[in-house]
Amino acid sequence: MTIPAISLKDVDISYGDTRVVRDVSFDVALGESFALVGESGSGKSTVLKAIAGLAPEWTGEISVLGKSRGHGMDRAFSENCQMVFQDPYASLHPRKTIDTVLNEPLAIHGIGRRSEKVIEMLAAVGLDRRFRFRFPHQLSGGQRQRVAIARALMLEPRVMLLDEPTSALDVSVQAEILNLLKRLRREQGLTYLMVTHNLPVVSFMCDRMAVMNKGRIVEIAPKTALYDGGFADPYSRELYAASGGNPGAEPDMVAPATKDPA
Amino acid sequence: MSPRDWLLDDSPATLTQANLGRAWRMTTALLRNPLAVAGILIVLLLLATALFAPWIAPESPVGQNLRTRLLPPSAEHWMGTDELGRDIFSRVVYGSRITLMIVALVAVISAPLGLIIGAVAGYFGGWVDRVLMGVTDIFLSLPKLILALAFVAALGPGIENAIIAIAITAWPAYARIARAETLTFRNSEYIQAVRLVGGSHARIIFRHVLPLCTSSMIVRVTLDMAGIILTAAGLGFLGLGAQPPLPEWGAMISRGRTFILDQWWVATMPGFAIILVSLGFCFLGDGLRDVLDPKQGSEK
Repeated sequence: MTIPAISLKDVDISYGDTRVVRDVSFDVALGESFALVGESGSGKSTVLKAIAGLAPEWTGEISVLGKSRGHGMDRAFSENCQMVFQDPYASLHPRKTIDTVLNEPLAIHGIGRRSEKVIEMLAAVGLDRRFRFRFPHQLSGGQRQRVAIARALMLEPRVMLLDEPTSALDVSVQAEILNLLKRLRREQGLTYLMVTHNLPVVSFMCDRMAVMNKGRIVEIAPKTALYDGGFADPYSRELYAASGGNPGAEPDMVAPATKDPA
Repeated sequence: MSPRDWLLDDSPATLTQANLGRAWRMTTALLRNPLAVAGILIVLLLLATALFAPWIAPESPVGQNLRTRLLPPSAEHWMGTDELGRDIFSRVVYGSRITLMIVALVAVISAPLGLIIGAVAGYFGGWVDRVLMGVTDIFLSLPKLILALAFVAALGPGIENAIIAIAITAWPAYARIARAETLTFRNSEYIQAVRLVGGSHARIIFRHVLPLCTSSMIVRVTLDMAGIILTAAGLGFLGLGAQPPLPEWGAMISRGRTFILDQWWVATMPGFAIILVSLGFCFLGDGLRDVLDPKQGSEK
């Protein structure tokens, strides 16, 4: 049995005295794309934050690429696992140019050839070189999210945590970003753990999903459940019905406007 | 390509160009504000006066001539003479050096101190925050001038001690601002992102938190300059700041108080200088606030 990319065992997470996530266990295989779905407040983003180390109050066992992670930040971890945040308007420092933002991870980890790497990465996420020395306020939402993805990829991690990476963007831009993420995963053999409440996104991007409700995982289902409605848990069926059912029947919903340059 | 186009290019080719472009946009925005321009001119006038004092002042600031004592303003003595026959205009001109030194030293000592204490307290939170803000609160709860008086009384009168005393009383306000500012973005995603790539706390505070606090700090310091000048003048007036014969404006007013009814110009002329410089810093501070507001960048 190979080592899973991400493995959670009986994880409880709390903020202060409130326990928001209970008893969560799942494995994500290497190279897999796994989704956490559920309505707002179901604790799905919290799970992501705990894995990333941003919600330190948890118990249980979390391991990434076979190494169990401690409660604090550590550098070795950051080389393996990075995160893309939900809101591209809040995830870039307002006073730093794109170049500075992308250089920073390299500087922290003492990696050389920075200039070439930044240029390569801009090309990889489909940003023109003229964006390199712009400030975030000179970019659109989609461009900012590309920068955020580029920043996460600078350390060449193998596991990416995606916290609703498209929900703050327009529909057409969403499609571009999703296509970009899909292409990057194919090219770099990345493992994705993606949080979303958008089932069409799941059917487009992911292989399996865990449905969360009130801080618990109610069901782990394959992507095919989105086509045939084969959910076992009543809550999952409700969620499926609420999103219009069978979203995967129209894969074009996500595929058009593919202006992804590469 | 004209230099202006190069500065305003929205796809700069180097980091220097990007930063210069941003500085250029801010400068032009500042120059569009007439009050800010007035403030800049007054502050430049102060700088020039301090720099070229020996060439501007017609007489020595300390040379006495008892035959010309207490003369009213005239063509020969633009601001009149004081009780020892010294030309008040010359003294005011030389006094600008002292004022500028006080303002600069206080800003250099207290602004970074307050900034770092506030940013550290706001960033770490918890007991670090409680301890640091407790100390800040103690300093804030004491009246500024009284506290400065106590320090000067303990350290002995003199201009250096006055500067230290004012600096010690000025930092808590900056610490409060820096903390409040830090709290608004300590949990923001761009800070979390730096933590995720392995950035240390020191790196985050110095590279990411402080740059966002500095703009409001610059504004606040500029606006406080007037208060600093007045506190220095107040200490001088009470005889605890600059000692005679140094031409410090507050001390000059204090000396002129004796003659205020018959020889009004002795106290009034340095008073005008204080008002003008304070006003200049206030105008400049207001203008800077409009330009440096952290939200300004994202709105454009």
